[in-house]
Amino acid sequence: MKLELRNITKKFGDFAANEDISLTVNPGEIVALLGENGAGKSTLMNVVYGLLQPTSGEILVNDVREEFSGPGDAMTAGIGMVHQHFMLIPPFTVAENVMLGHEHTKGAFLDLDAARSEVRRVSEAYNLQVDPDALVEDLPVGVQQRVEIIKALVRDAGILILDEPTAVLTPQETDELLGIMRDLKAKGTSIVFISHKLREVQAAADRIVVIRRGRVVGEASPSATKSELAGMMVGREVSLTVDKPPANPGAPVLQVANLSAADLEGRPILRDLNFEVRAGEILGVAGVQGNGQTELAEVLTGLYEGEVTGSIVMDGQELTGRTPRQILDGGLGYVPEDREHDGLISSFTVTENLVLDQFANPPYSSGGVLKSSVIDKRADELIEEFDVRTQAAAAPVSSLSGGNKQKVVMAREMSRELRVLVASQPTRGVDVGSIEFLHKRIVAERERGAAVLIISSELDEIYALSDRIAVMYRGAIIGVVGPETSRDEMGLLMAGVTND
Amino acid sequence: MTDATTVPDEQKQKKPPSRFRTAMSGTAGITFLSIVMALVIGAFFIAFSDPAVQEASSYLFAKPMDTISAAVTSVVEAYKALLTGMLFDPDATSLVDALKPLSETITMATPLILGGLSVALAFRAGLFNIGAEGQIILGSIFAAYIGFQFNLPWFIHLLLAVVGAFIGGAIWGGIAGFLKAKTGAHEVITTIMLNWIAIYLVAWLLTKPSFLREGRQDPISPPVAESAEYPSIFDEWRVHGGIIVAILAAAGVAWLLDKSTLGFQFRAVGANANAARTAGMNVSRMYLLVMLIAGGLAGLAGSAQVLGTEKSLTGGISAGIGFDAITVALLGRANPWGVVAAGLLFGGLRAGGLNMQTATGTPIDIVLVIQALIVLFIAAPPLVRSVFRLPETGGAGFMQTAKGWNG
Repeated sequence: MKLELRNITKKFGDFAANEDISLTVNPGEIVALLGENGAGKSTLMNVVYGLLQPTSGEILVNDVREEFSGPGDAMTAGIGMVHQHFMLIPPFTVAENVMLGHEHTKGAFLDLDAARSEVRRVSEAYNLQVDPDALVEDLPVGVQQRVEIIKALVRDAGILILDEPTAVLTPQETDELLGIMRDLKAKGTSIVFISHKLREVQAAADRIVVIRRGRVVGEASPSATKSELAGMMVGREVSLTVDKPPANPGAPVLQVANLSAADLEGRPILRDLNFEVRAGEILGVAGVQGNGQTELAEVLTGLYEGEVTGSIVMDGQELTGRTPRQILDGGLGYVPEDREHDGLISSFTVTENLVLDQFANPPYSSGGVLKSSVIDKRADELIEEFDVRTQAAAAPVSSLSGGNKQKVVMAREMSRELRVLVASQPTRGVDVGSIEFLHKRIVAERERGAAVLIISSELDEIYALSDRIAVMYRGAIIGVVGPETSRDEMGLLMAGVTND
Repeated sequence: MTDATTVPDEQKQKKPPSRFRTAMSGTAGITFLSIVMALVIGAFFIAFSDPAVQEASSYLFAKPMDTISAAVTSVVEAYKALLTGMLFDPDATSLVDALKPLSETITMATPLILGGLSVALAFRAGLFNIGAEGQIILGSIFAAYIGFQFNLPWFIHLLLAVVGAFIGGAIWGGIAGFLKAKTGAHEVITTIMLNWIAIYLVAWLLTKPSFLREGRQDPISPPVAESAEYPSIFDEWRVHGGIIVAILAAAGVAWLLDKSTLGFQFRAVGANANAARTAGMNVSRMYLLVMLIAGGLAGLAGSAQVLGTEKSLTGGISAGIGFDAITVALLGRANPWGVVAAGLLFGGLRAGGLNMQTATGTPIDIVLVIQALIVLFIAAPPLVRSVFRLPETGGAGFMQTAKGWNG
């Protein structure tokens, strides 16, 4: 199927999320939509999928003009979309999920057999290998994503939109997905592939369209170099590598021994972790999401709500059993992985967010009364130092872009002398320009002598920052390796395969 | 209510929206327009319920103007009576009498403001305090007992009774806060249940010799001692010193929320409890503390009833004030000074509604309809915007501050 967009503009109030975008996807073509977070990629695709109505412009499918008042219309026209966050009901089977909204019935009853055979047919035709009777909640993330793809294909989608499909996948699963995309293409399906990961875009796309600030700024072929693509995305030259001097580790600052944790139902989440982080060293924790990294960060900061055994020693002080307040005051800085959920209060101002964990300490308050002049002054300094782009210090933090929000979190945590910095997914959903800046600040923290623990599911980031890499698999550290380890080897470790 | 007609001439040239229309689309504008819309719809109810209109409508097609003029007359008369009942009586002979309606408005508003502050404060910490009613009752019990049982010098007696009212309400609110903090029990459930317990508690107490007034069978306590009464200005006016307590409480809540570390934590917990916890705040403790203070504020509303307006404890002392307080907090958008304004409006509607009923025979239930409509419209800003064709630029719906059932 052919998809053509002509002069699409989408405005929210005075803000143009998309401006005059024209784009053609030919039958059987994979077009990558490359752009930073907030560049307008998802808005554009939501317009195409009928979730948003364009302010002006036209959408043509197979050269016929279409108007979508909702996703139902888009599906009828042959457009399918796989969202970044899956729209699946975990306790339902694959077949039940696939027929949701388009139920087959026999009289007054659901016809599950028809749904099953449909799933089987599509699964075999595109080599997707999905069991229609499996419960979605039991499936790995990569397979859940294939269920989403089946949902679209069952409804005869000739154009498939994949919104940041690799964000949740292991390197192996990503390779599998890219293979599936090639199979789909061979059978004539057109694909729009939204991503900000240069490597994948180059591997999968026939053509790359770069979007910046709501406009198409150019097209590139997959053979363009990474720094060319990054430069188009950001609008200036960017350095994709982190310049850091060789590490000069000092004494161990954070020592973890026999650390285990179980969730509230008693299921083991962390299994007998032993590691240490030295002053002036960055330890990267790699692993596919959901292997205990999130919980490790919560345990270290005293936020974990399950049962914790073992010991965590920071500067000779035992941390287990302490409150988050005591641990933060002991010199640990924490950048949570989900800044919207745990890191920031979106209705609070930038200033308020910059003192969110320090407001009760001098000099920001005394006798239970906030000292707003001191707080305002400090906020101005931090905004300047961390280059936070905001209209005003008193603007709500929700008005900032992802990268600037993350700068606020980082600025807050680094605004005091840290002994240990724990940063989880420090640059998730952050634009390339800000990533460069945030990485520099993390290295600067190491140079200042803090022990730094970075948890990231982005291998590029792990490689760029880490002096040593611990790989987590099913709650255990399956290996600690050097940054020179090959990606293949790392991928195997992340999948739980060890050498012995 | 002609304010509604300010808009249509701009409808043809669709964009850009004027500054006025943009302002009207904001929270304050939506509040104002909600009140206007409620009054307009209330006007239809008044017209339909008026006997003269009903009679004229029996020959509607013969003489349609009769029906219309009867309707207009009934609405104008009713709203005139409402307004004079709220503000001042033009037919009075002395200034004291002329301002008596205003005194009534403030008297009615005092407990509404204090109760509204209670709901609003809890709201800012993310809790839905449905329990102001019960907290008012407990405050009333404490204030009344101290008021009639002890014999103390003026002011000291009053101060003690007011502090007692605060403590009584704080205990009742604190129970809900404690249960939330320790067991996660949802405050909506616990406060509703505590309301019922309080309602039956006061009924039971007023059968006991220590609370029942001598020689009475109906549930009424001995009058509070004069030394425990809120002072008043004129004997003809019922307005009393409770309003000062209400204003001071509003100032106190505003200060607490904006300037204190405690209020910062309340707001943080209310806006994003996860981020508050991650930043090292003790969320459970905040739930307990905010419910103690919120309960105390509602308790002060009880003191206004017992030590100011009624001057004794009765079975119906709270008179649904605790439920109207929720509406007042909503209308005031959980902002302390907004609550004061909303409390005065609702106090005025209560006072004016009584006058409207006696002067024009329009049932006071119309006032309840208007109150309900105001809240309904405020809860649905897109509805108001679409009626007045306002741009989508204003702040998002206020109700989003309220946490859902699992909040």
